[in-house]
Amino acid sequence: MAENPTQNIHEYLAEFDDIPGTLVYTAARARRGYWINQFAMSMMKPENRERFKKDERAYLDEWDISEEGKQALLRRDYNALLKLGGNVYYLSKLFSADGIPFAEACSTMTDMTWPEYRQMMLDGGRKPEGNRSIRENLAAAAAAKGSN
Amino acid sequence: MAKITAGVGSSHVPLLGVAVDQGKEKDDYFGPIFRGYDWTREWEKAEKPDVVVLVYNDHASYFDMNIVPTFAIGCGERFGICDEGWGPRPVPEVEGHPDLAWHIAQSLILDDFDMTIFNKLDVDHGLTVPLSMMFGQPEKWPCKVIPFAVNVVTYPVPSGNRCWAIGEAIKKAVESFPEDLNVQIWGTGGMSHQLQGPRAGLLNREWDNKFLDMLESDNDDVRHIPHIEYLRETGSEGIEMVMWLIMRGAMGKKVKTLHRHYHIPCSNTAIGHIVLEPAD
Repeated sequence: MAENPTQNIHEYLAEFDDIPGTLVYTAARARRGYWINQFAMSMMKPENRERFKKDERAYLDEWDISEEGKQALLRRDYNALLKLGGNVYYLSKLFSADGIPFAEACSTMTDMTWPEYRQMMLDGGRKPEGNRSIRENLAAAAAAKGSN
Repeated sequence: MAKITAGVGSSHVPLLGVAVDQGKEKDDYFGPIFRGYDWTREWEKAEKPDVVVLVYNDHASYFDMNIVPTFAIGCGERFGICDEGWGPRPVPEVEGHPDLAWHIAQSLILDDFDMTIFNKLDVDHGLTVPLSMMFGQPEKWPCKVIPFAVNVVTYPVPSGNRCWAIGEAIKKAVESFPEDLNVQIWGTGGMSHQLQGPRAGLLNREWDNKFLDMLESDNDDVRHIPHIEYLRETGSEGIEMVMWLIMRGAMGKKVKTLHRHYHIPCSNTAIGHIVLEPAD
């Protein structure tokens, strides 16, 4: 067996907060977002989709989801839902219920319109440069400021 | 005796399944992707594997947050096709190989891998898209399939090192199965992609190709890439590539590359594909 020292869980998790524009689906988020995600799973059944579409608020009231979570679901505010512990594979059941392509739903989480996002993907996607580390970005910005 | 004769790595983007099901494989958008699989489809016709151990992840289709197994193996006679919200894909049912699957499960448990066993299991695009990419649209899949599901959604997901090691244990298990069987192992998912948050759409051609180079190498450095590197370099969903390491671990020390293909983009995702043969 090759050497692979066990990582400290706190250090392991802390690194995730350094990634720009990304919320890693940790156990803490999974726990917080449990009912948001289980609600989203319920959208796989046609009869549930029908009831949801008829009266979204009434359907959401059947679930143990916070008011903040319900509002974010009604607004389809996916960045807010990620913060509340939603996971994109679960939330995608709502994209399907709404009849919008996965990539279009992704674009709503960025600062681009759907046509702009689609063009970015055709052009080779978002570049990793400047998107790897918040810490590194801040250091680079500070260095640039210092050299002015 | 049974033997693992080859390993295949492939993306499993759902849109590829749509392209197959709707006959778009040759259009301007999908043509460059599917042409990279032409070689493999011909090769599979000649190889005629009896069984494929297909490493994939469920995308909140059959599994929900109620159960999150790190490593699970399908030991049933057959596996249904998930309805992922727009009706099940029009593909044949997947036939299992319960004898070999249970044999692998037992061997892995004796080797200290605490497996979850599924008897009833429906499979989603993570498993059916690679079958379509490699076999096209047959009336019946040409081989039996053992689904091997990995949690790559809820963190912590298994380390690359652990994935490689379980691949080695799968090789050992297959080689101790008494029946003569031609077995392939496929690692699926990836390559770089991020489907969430303001950084959605991240792709990394350079890193993905470095990863493919590392798979072809005679050393096992690739197993030690930490999760944080996948996350920073390949997007939040690029972590699926750890599943390719199960395939690579089952190849032994040295491999021969038979085929390799890379294309950007397919929807949000970089498409990668590799065919390896053990060369020890």
